[in-house]
Amino acid sequence: MPTSSPPPASIADVAEGLRAVGYLPGESTALVSYLATKLGKPVLVEGPAGVGKTELAKALASYLGRELVRLQCYEGLDEAKALYEWNYRKQLLRIQAEASGTGWDAVQDDIFGEEFLLARPLMTAIASEEPVVLLIDEIDKTDQEFEAMLLEVLSDFQISIPELGRVEARTHPIVLLTSNNSRELTEALKRRCLYLWLDYPSLEHELEIVRLHAPELSETVARRLVEVIGMVRDLDLKKPPSIAESIDWARALLLLGATDIDADTFTETMSVIVKHRTDMDVVAERVGLKLRSPADVA
Amino acid sequence: MSPESPSTDGLPGHILEFGEELRGEGIAVGTSELLDSFEVLKEVSWTSQEDFREALAATLAKSQEDRRVFELVFDRFFFRAVELAAARQGVQEEDLAMLDELSDEELDALRTQIAAAMRDGSEGALRDLARMTIAAFARRQEGSGVIGVDVQRIRRALGLRTEPQPDLPADDPRRDGLPRDALRRFEALLRRELERGQIERTGNLPPARALGELDRALPSGPLADLAAVHRVVAQLRRLLATQGLQARGHRNPSHVDVRRTMRASLQTGGVPVVLKFRPRRPRRPEIYVLCDVSTSVTSASVFFLSVLHALHDTFRKMRSFVFIERISEVTDIFERERNFKAVSERIAGDAGVADISGYTDYGRVWSEFLTQVEDDLNPRSTVIVLGDARTNGRDPRADIFAQIAARAGRTFWLNPEPRLYWNYGDSVIAAYEQYCTAFECWTTAQLEDFVRALARPAIAGAR
Repeated sequence: MPTSSPPPASIADVAEGLRAVGYLPGESTALVSYLATKLGKPVLVEGPAGVGKTELAKALASYLGRELVRLQCYEGLDEAKALYEWNYRKQLLRIQAEASGTGWDAVQDDIFGEEFLLARPLMTAIASEEPVVLLIDEIDKTDQEFEAMLLEVLSDFQISIPELGRVEARTHPIVLLTSNNSRELTEALKRRCLYLWLDYPSLEHELEIVRLHAPELSETVARRLVEVIGMVRDLDLKKPPSIAESIDWARALLLLGATDIDADTFTETMSVIVKHRTDMDVVAERVGLKLRSPADVA
Repeated sequence: MSPESPSTDGLPGHILEFGEELRGEGIAVGTSELLDSFEVLKEVSWTSQEDFREALAATLAKSQEDRRVFELVFDRFFFRAVELAAARQGVQEEDLAMLDELSDEELDALRTQIAAAMRDGSEGALRDLARMTIAAFARRQEGSGVIGVDVQRIRRALGLRTEPQPDLPADDPRRDGLPRDALRRFEALLRRELERGQIERTGNLPPARALGELDRALPSGPLADLAAVHRVVAQLRRLLATQGLQARGHRNPSHVDVRRTMRASLQTGGVPVVLKFRPRRPRRPEIYVLCDVSTSVTSASVFFLSVLHALHDTFRKMRSFVFIERISEVTDIFERERNFKAVSERIAGDAGVADISGYTDYGRVWSEFLTQVEDDLNPRSTVIVLGDARTNGRDPRADIFAQIAARAGRTFWLNPEPRLYWNYGDSVIAAYEQYCTAFECWTTAQLEDFVRALARPAIAGAR
């Protein structure tokens, strides 16, 4: 387990720290992360797919030297998968092992102990000795009942287990919830969180990100690349390219040894950033044509 | 602000007022949010405007929509707070260097400078230019006193437009059209400077005006805004989908499934110990949608068509009609084409409506609709009309509409106009409203209200 570093002293510290682990935060991102570490409030991060919501949690964890506990949400996720579960098989074995001769009380005390508890992500995060970063990913995929259950965890950092009593947090985890905004979250949950909206980065910001992850790519190509990505995002696509995809594209261009993005290179490598049949047609038609003209001039 | 001296400069008071103002604009700001914001302001330096704004936003505005309103209110509130303080203390700004009557050449120079600044996107230069422009125009002609009018007058006089102006010389930055955002920003700056001038003259603040509903209306413009509409509709679709799921979850066993009970009884030697029930499925409603696509609702019909498109994905039994003067059925197109763009193109093109005059004729539409679907209408069907109920002076024939409404279980009307304009001019919505439930529908929130109304009784009705 990585060793914990002291809490950051200022917003600039957080920005610097995140930068050092390869995540370039926007201004509000650094600010909200700083507030989260200071106030211990959960942060609700919303934004389109692929702007680095999950990545932010990972970066925060590695910057603060904490372990990342991740709970991936999906439809039908229930307490048994998120909080804890009794290890029935082990309990059964135990009962069989001392089938005769022991009284009911002794067995009951025995089998509802921590030994038979399977800790799921939320439990792990709360019971951890060291402070952790808890990432609850895509909270909008679950149903409202699950959200209601989260409220206890998020406001008091404790979990009630009927047979055992309350498990309280020994340390204060930093909690990040991400949402793709596919469903309106309940007011009660929002009230407990700080809110951070992550959008596609500005041109300069994205250029910086691409340069950080593909440093060998020449400045001019990188700039051209983010400009094209910006153009593609402006179109009405099923799935606009994410930041991760622009980085992938930058790496692909590096491998191909491209010195400029002209219409040909674009059509060849377009599949890296556009992943729908219909989107490809639209992009080829709208962006591909625009690219041809500067190539002719050059 | 240090935590020890929380009230020296009245900031907490300002924050509370600000929260109050946000509530006035319909953002749910609870006491816990306000407490959070105080908590947060202890941690950031409030002298940096960006940090201050972001920190407040993180605690007070908890959705993207709220954030948009927050920005508008933030600007207005703190601008007013500063101006009020200045007015109280009698601070007067130095007048700009006196500009005499502007000659046309000077006006031209100003024009080009503004256009250049817009193209380069430099905020500071734009602000200076806005002030110069106002000073210049104040001397050229009397302002009308109404800020909105003045802003538009100045913009027109300067010939600032978003569309390309090919007759201008090649080196003029306005030739290719100005970026829309920059133009909007310049207008905002003009507005702000004009307000500032007004406050200085009168030494008092004008009464606070609530954000116009139009500031947050649905994007109703051309295809550029289509993506925004789509996002809204995608959300609605999920809402509709999950509501369906909920209904399926609430299965209320009532009928014994004899087949499955007998099969299960084999385990117990033919004695039916465990009864098996037939799950009750909510009936999918049958929906008929009539959509006006005439010119008076052009901006809304793009939006309406995409709503139709979303509805088609969710409800199996659905028939769609578009109409101007007469109706034509477009169910097939929606079912065959998955792509919204193709749908709208086909409707605009060959599958389009029989249209001679281009004016809506509601009377004719009703009678044609009734002949087409009369036999299929039953108490389980829902009829939805999307239109502005502007008959262009023709007979509304509310009697036929009443027949339709009587045959169908439920009838809804979605009107893209604000309720304020209903029944003005040739709008005859009142004649129809007595037979159906009419909704105004030009913001997302209103659309959601409607969807809720649509989904709810459908489930109750199946019980």
